[in-house]
Amino acid sequence: MTITEEAPPVPVAEPEIRRPSTRKRLVPYWLLLPGILWLLVFFALPLVYQASTSVQTGSLEKGFEVTWHFQTYWDALTDYYPQFIRSLLYAGTATLLCLLLGYPLAYLIAFKAGRWRNVVLVLVIAPFFTSFLIRTLAWKTILADGGAVVDVLNTLHVLDVTSWLGWTESNRVLATPMAVVCGLTYNFLPFMILPLYTSLERIDGRLHEAAGDLYATPATTFRKVTFPLSMPGVVSGTLLTFIPASGDYVNAELLGSTDTKMVGSVIQTQFLRVLDYPTAAALSFILMAVVLIMVTVYIRRSGTEDLV
Amino acid sequence: MTQQQTGGDVRLTGISKTYGSFAAVKPLDLTVPQGSFFALLGASGCGKTTTLRMIAGLEEATTGTVSLGGRDITGLPPYKRPVNTVFQSYALFPHLDITENVAFGLRRRGIKSVRKQVDEMLELVQLGDFAKRKPHQLSGGQQQRVAVARALINHPQVLLLDEPLGALDLKLRRQMQLELKRIQTEVGITFIHVTHDQEEAMTMADTVAVMNGGRVEQLGAPADLYENPRTTFVANFLGTSNLIEGEVVSAGTEIVVAAGGGKLRLPTDRCTAPTTNGGKLLLGVRPEKISLAHADDADAIADGRNRVTGRIVDSSFIGVSTQYVVESPAGKALHVYEQNVERRAGLVVGAEVVLHWNPAHTFGLDAAQDIDAGVETVEDAA
Repeated sequence: MTITEEAPPVPVAEPEIRRPSTRKRLVPYWLLLPGILWLLVFFALPLVYQASTSVQTGSLEKGFEVTWHFQTYWDALTDYYPQFIRSLLYAGTATLLCLLLGYPLAYLIAFKAGRWRNVVLVLVIAPFFTSFLIRTLAWKTILADGGAVVDVLNTLHVLDVTSWLGWTESNRVLATPMAVVCGLTYNFLPFMILPLYTSLERIDGRLHEAAGDLYATPATTFRKVTFPLSMPGVVSGTLLTFIPASGDYVNAELLGSTDTKMVGSVIQTQFLRVLDYPTAAALSFILMAVVLIMVTVYIRRSGTEDLV
Repeated sequence: MTQQQTGGDVRLTGISKTYGSFAAVKPLDLTVPQGSFFALLGASGCGKTTTLRMIAGLEEATTGTVSLGGRDITGLPPYKRPVNTVFQSYALFPHLDITENVAFGLRRRGIKSVRKQVDEMLELVQLGDFAKRKPHQLSGGQQQRVAVARALINHPQVLLLDEPLGALDLKLRRQMQLELKRIQTEVGITFIHVTHDQEEAMTMADTVAVMNGGRVEQLGAPADLYENPRTTFVANFLGTSNLIEGEVVSAGTEIVVAAGGGKLRLPTDRCTAPTTNGGKLLLGVRPEKISLAHADDADAIADGRNRVTGRIVDSSFIGVSTQYVVESPAGKALHVYEQNVERRAGLVVGAEVVLHWNPAHTFGLDAAQDIDAGVETVEDAA
């Protein structure tokens, strides 16, 4: 059907465009104000202050002053690069373990838990009801020498293997890399599970049926449909785990030894014990930059922009 | 997969599905001949979708078997069945573009060069220019056609359509009905189409199975179902029927029934119910078969026609026809559709009228059924 004739223009009285009053137009900005102020005072200002600290020289007695001493960055990096690498390695391993443990659990909650879904979700969050410190200390007991876990691992000769790999030492677990990674994994697991769950739960169950209908076996359906669609959850889960884990020092302090120090512990020591503020500030900035670069590359590579 | 062997019929034998104590589908036998366009028609909850899902393998049958071309496929998982489904909400993969959506089935079967087939299939559904788009960038009608293409490209022996047009607006739905019919004629695959829209079923299908309460109420060609409904449900669900309850006076080649103070007749072969003199019978006649005459002109009505007197209580002009509702001693509100050939000034609300129709257009039904079965659902579907 083609209509060539145009409808006659309807005479419309020029509507009086009511300009919203100035007050009304400012409402969004008033609503933004508390958040912006908060960010300014507690994020932007400290960042600027920290940046200036990192290029200062001096000592606690004589006072610090800005001398644009960028050498601090280089010194910090050359002195503490083992801790940097260790941090990224431990955080990366813990993130991978969280993903391996968390994905099946999130999948289970999203698709199989049925009416138990909420109960399981509460159980996932339940550890948060106890303080982070207490929970980490509890792991000290769990992994203690002569404890049940170590005994079992010893009997099964697992420790022989892990010791050979350098993860544990002879028949100890505590004060080894493995203990720190275990602690990190345990503490950050909920941060992996929750975003994974959210993104799995959003997947339309009929897509699974459609894939099955189109000759995909359950395994292929997972590989070609479920997993790609859960990528936003994988990305945000790994970020929420990796970023805080790479800066964490509690696990390394409580469960590790001097050989398992992470960069977080170094910063903490520099800041609170050695009182070398410039080095501590420089280390923080380097950590921030490294994580930022890694995260940017990661997000680009995973190509999840148009999935979210 | 393109083999067109004879005997590729879908055969359901004693198939049923129960959820706990609820019987969604009661044991039913159904044969869908190869190459036919078959519709399962019914209101929501009548078991039509469950039946379809059992054929697809997405639902496990509680009892009975599904066979395809003589091969029992009851125990096969969906990915091993040579059938494909067009889902109600299309269920397109949001992370894949249109090409990959359509190619999905081919790739799963290890076919590497999908390009040509995908292009051809997109051409068939007239979506050649959209190959690189993502599903969410397409309109509902386009998504629907992608869903059809994604299923058809696999050359299934049977294509299952689960209310595929439900989400589209009326005009697009009409267009897609013709489109699907065209595609079916072109590819010659068996289509099993589930719908609650009686017009859709009648427009598209060669054979319609009307389902109600987990059973197949009646099965036949659309015209046959419409003209010769065997139950009140079918009579009311497919279009509109005027059902008049009466008492059998005599039965021979013609059945004579006393109803509403007069006598109505119908051919014996159009009555599916057993008749005994003095027994009750339901007479049915479609609204468009009835003619209206003003009570003053009653003498002009030809002899031998069934007559019912009444009074117009409502009339609505809808362009091609005028629909009257007539109150009569013969029954509740009787519907009459008159073609608007000429304006008939006398037929206004409140006018005394005579309804008359050819006795051959009357069908007889067992009076033991609910006279209103299937009535409300018609309104739901409209």
